[in-house]
Amino acid sequence: MTARLQRALGGVTRVRGVRGALIVAREDGLVVADALMEDIRGNAVAALAASLTRRIGEAARASGVGTPQFLHLEATGGALLAAAAGDEMLVVAVTEVGVNVGLVRLEMFRAAEAVQ
Amino acid sequence: MSPDVKAMTTELIRDAGSLVFLQLGEALRMEGQIEAAKKVARTGMERHPELPEAHDLYARILVSGKEPDRASQIWHELLQSNPRHVGAHKGLGFLSYSHGNLDVSRDHLELALAADPTNQSVIQALRAVRNAAEAVTEEYPSPAQPVPAELPATPSTATGETTSLFAAFGSGDHGILLVDVQGRTLAGGLKTPGGADGSSETAAHLAGVSQEMERTARMLKIGEWRWLVVEATDGNVHLTQPAEDTLLFIVRDRDVPAGRLGLLAESAGAKARAWLDGQRA
Repeated sequence: MTARLQRALGGVTRVRGVRGALIVAREDGLVVADALMEDIRGNAVAALAASLTRRIGEAARASGVGTPQFLHLEATGGALLAAAAGDEMLVVAVTEVGVNVGLVRLEMFRAAEAVQ
Repeated sequence: MSPDVKAMTTELIRDAGSLVFLQLGEALRMEGQIEAAKKVARTGMERHPELPEAHDLYARILVSGKEPDRASQIWHELLQSNPRHVGAHKGLGFLSYSHGNLDVSRDHLELALAADPTNQSVIQALRAVRNAAEAVTEEYPSPAQPVPAELPATPSTATGETTSLFAAFGSGDHGILLVDVQGRTLAGGLKTPGGADGSSETAAHLAGVSQEMERTARMLKIGEWRWLVVEATDGNVHLTQPAEDTLLFIVRDRDVPAGRLGLLAESAGAKARAWLDGQRA
């Protein structure tokens, strides 16, 4: 299981500009697997991504657009991306500015399939 | 030791950096094992000093351990770095209530509710404090300080000129919502696919979201957040901050690509800024 998850994350982190990727338990923000650069704190990323996804998910559902499948928080120095992996997990990535988001998104959904 | 506590302890031994310490500390507190809970929380705080929930947990344990002053200090410190922390406001609301400071208690609980409008424990606590304040007011009437009977209502739809503010943007007022940071509608509106008005509920859920994104970006060291896009099962959402203390929430069908949604958000944001400037002038 762990090797399979690590391989799935490897597809995400191989995209140029991705600083790290994790598989996170959606409900409590715990790290299930990670592949991170040294300067990234996995636990913090996981907790923040899960919390933000929950909050945004509530607003999205209230507005009638259903359940979030992909979230992209763009910032001046990078981005946080999160893709749903079933009901229980998230695939999360932290990227630099200017990364090919389309490619990262694709790899994240591939990783999500591997998780389910 | 309960099976849950045992399992969480095992998990924490296996992975000392795990956030399971939050649940473990709370479980120990609930079981009355205050010293053990303190030890778990302190170790968690040392490992995750930036995690507000760790400090909040420690403060709750201190209250259970009859150290309310130290808990109050921790919650106040937490609010300095994180002014909308629900747990800190809730904790201080509880302490103020237990000291009979009903006004201070109500202030904290209202701030907690603004940050998390769906938090049932805060809603219940606020109701209890309001009832207590009402009882005191009835006993000692003070016309200068009327006690509100109900929570301040968020208008379900904006009226007047605000209804046409985004009329030029495709689906008009049925897909663009401008809200303030307290979750109140400023302009625009949202209709769900079933035709229901989703403005108030969406606005309420957006309270505190900009602070959460700000905190997330800061802690991940990715600069300042600019916008957020959500692809959901039945539509796409674009969220941006056209002006300080406001959020613009745009909803479109899934067939509207993210790039086009971004362009739409820029135009709607400019319109919102101009309208806000006019309102503030």
